[in-house]
Amino acid sequence: MGDIAIRVDNIGKQYRIGAPINQYSTLRESISEYLSLPWQKNRSLRGTREILWALRNVSFEVTQGQVLGIIGRNGAGKSTLLKILSRVTEPSEGLAEINGRVGSLLEVGTGFHPELTGRENIYLNGAILGMHRSEIDRKLDEIIDFSEVEQFIDTPIKRYSSGMYLRLAFAVAAHLEPEILVVDEVLAVGDAEFQRKCIGKMSDVALEGRTVLFVSHNMSAILRLTQETLVIEKGLLVLRALTPTAIDYYLSRGLSQEGKYYWKEEEIANAEHPFRPIGIRILNNKNEICDTVRSIEPFRLEIEYTLDEPVTGLRIGIYLMTTRGEYVFTSFDTDDLELFETYSIRTAGHYISRCDIPANLLNEGSYCVGVNASSYRVRRYFQDDQALTFSVDAAGATGMQWPEPRLGLIRPRLNWEIEEI
Amino acid sequence: MINASGKDPNMQSIVKGVVQTTIIKPPSGWSALNLRDLWNYRELIYFMTWRDLKVRYKQTLLGASWAIIKPVLTMIVFTIFFGNLAGVPSDGVPYPIFSYTGLLPWELFATALAVASRSLVQNRHMITKIYFPRMILPISSVLAGLADFCIAFLVLIAMMVYYQFKPTGDIWTLPLFLILALITALGVGLWLSAMNVLYRDINYITPFLVQFWMFITPIAYSSSLVPEEWQVLYSLNPMVAVVEGFRWALLGTSQGAPSITLVVSTAVALLLLITGLLYFRRTERLFADMV
Repeated sequence: MGDIAIRVDNIGKQYRIGAPINQYSTLRESISEYLSLPWQKNRSLRGTREILWALRNVSFEVTQGQVLGIIGRNGAGKSTLLKILSRVTEPSEGLAEINGRVGSLLEVGTGFHPELTGRENIYLNGAILGMHRSEIDRKLDEIIDFSEVEQFIDTPIKRYSSGMYLRLAFAVAAHLEPEILVVDEVLAVGDAEFQRKCIGKMSDVALEGRTVLFVSHNMSAILRLTQETLVIEKGLLVLRALTPTAIDYYLSRGLSQEGKYYWKEEEIANAEHPFRPIGIRILNNKNEICDTVRSIEPFRLEIEYTLDEPVTGLRIGIYLMTTRGEYVFTSFDTDDLELFETYSIRTAGHYISRCDIPANLLNEGSYCVGVNASSYRVRRYFQDDQALTFSVDAAGATGMQWPEPRLGLIRPRLNWEIEEI
Repeated sequence: MINASGKDPNMQSIVKGVVQTTIIKPPSGWSALNLRDLWNYRELIYFMTWRDLKVRYKQTLLGASWAIIKPVLTMIVFTIFFGNLAGVPSDGVPYPIFSYTGLLPWELFATALAVASRSLVQNRHMITKIYFPRMILPISSVLAGLADFCIAFLVLIAMMVYYQFKPTGDIWTLPLFLILALITALGVGLWLSAMNVLYRDINYITPFLVQFWMFITPIAYSSSLVPEEWQVLYSLNPMVAVVEGFRWALLGTSQGAPSITLVVSTAVALLLLITGLLYFRRTERLFADMV
């Protein structure tokens, strides 16, 4: 048994792409396939199904009482890993050993029934999460208190607002006391006040010495709650490190340090015809590609792509956010009405969309650029939430006579007047 | 309840004895039944059954009286058409009570089948988000039918008083026939619910299956109508033994007395349950990915 709470050894999970739709859609197809295949010399029908490894060769150990973060892009395999560890789905290969009772929160409010009252749902949800009736009886008052919905506790939850629903759901989950807790992004719900309360509760859990696996896109929550973090990328465990290092690595991962990024063939496969992304660059005001720009100088973002066919209403957008996930702004290349008219139909060809970011806009720090190509309400051709990261250096910026960090995402140079009356 | 401090591993192991270890690995062929897990989650069976009961008649006008209305109306229609017009023999007991005694276990079985076959698909949000023994879903849908059965049973008691039937000395066997009905329902329910995850055809098959099954079960007629040489074949349907058993235990008709019919029916019911359990376990691992 030792100190190890979770030992994961070469876990892998494969899916057949398209299988749920094509494979067993009806009994008839399945039977006829089953009947006909043995007689066919060419069994390519089975071979053509593409196999996708959602997770492969993942091995790690978690000691008892450790709070381990897991980060990675959408579709990297984080959720699959949690699902395997919480036994929702079974791995295709490998082995995991778990010492202790696992409580998994892949979602809050699992099994809530809209017709039942808040109180009844506490019992039901508690039982689904693996709590015993006596345990729920004992914690009932505490749960109701935490949920802040006392007055409505005997009302069917279909009359609840979504905020009340989430508070109640989280309250039950927060009072789960397993030895190992597996949490997926449940903190991303509710209002700011409630989120603070939830993170507080999570810290308590961590301090009580319970083992926690915590998946999140919220870097500040990861930083706050965990010491060590796993980075998962395309189904592989690429790094295990102290959380600040892991976050740094993750945010700059695949995203070049050189201020440019050219999409690889397999990433382009996600793009929808006729849009083909090529690359994205950051240029400073001397037209050099760079990964650090100065706050006091303007810089330029370039997105290069080709269109195989004319596209109506195409817009190329950038999302600028901090590496902690806060959005700074969103902008599209056809925001300007004149450009919007000119490019109402963009002919086939090779394009660069350029965007000038003015001086004295961004505060110092690390930023992340997301790219999106879409036709409004028609289709999304391509999206990459973290195409590139870059840093902003505040040297020479306004107010640098005080070498202190400034709060806020932007650092505008504003006109002040001081009038003595 | 002892509040085990996680900070002291020694302390914890003293308090809790042995920490439960779970091994997760790829499934290989026929997995074990894992009844121990089912036992650990027995409270969830209770809560899910309770939820099904609570929710079943929510926002209905007539509420739980539906449990009575359905068999009683069916009984009336049967009495008029089969009992009076067609003159179907009823083993010497008044036709209304004859058919109602058959309808009672039948309704339990038919409802259980219909609800159980949908149970996994309807609760897909639970299956994809959390682990629990999946078997709990069909089990609790079958058990939830017992409440309707008890309510409908009250009508039978009233009818027995009206027709002045004294319960026979064999009435103690009634629970056994009830269990036989539940075993059959669970066996078929496990098959249907698991298949429904993979093949949505089951949604269309189940109503037909229930209707078909009703015709081959002696509800509107007596199994004495079936020629002697066909009796064994006929009793391959476990519900034959259940319905005739109910009539025998409650009304004293001679058809359901323990015989070769009962042995065959029980054997088939158990076979259905065992194969249902095995099939369910075998396909269970696909549920989260396929449902």
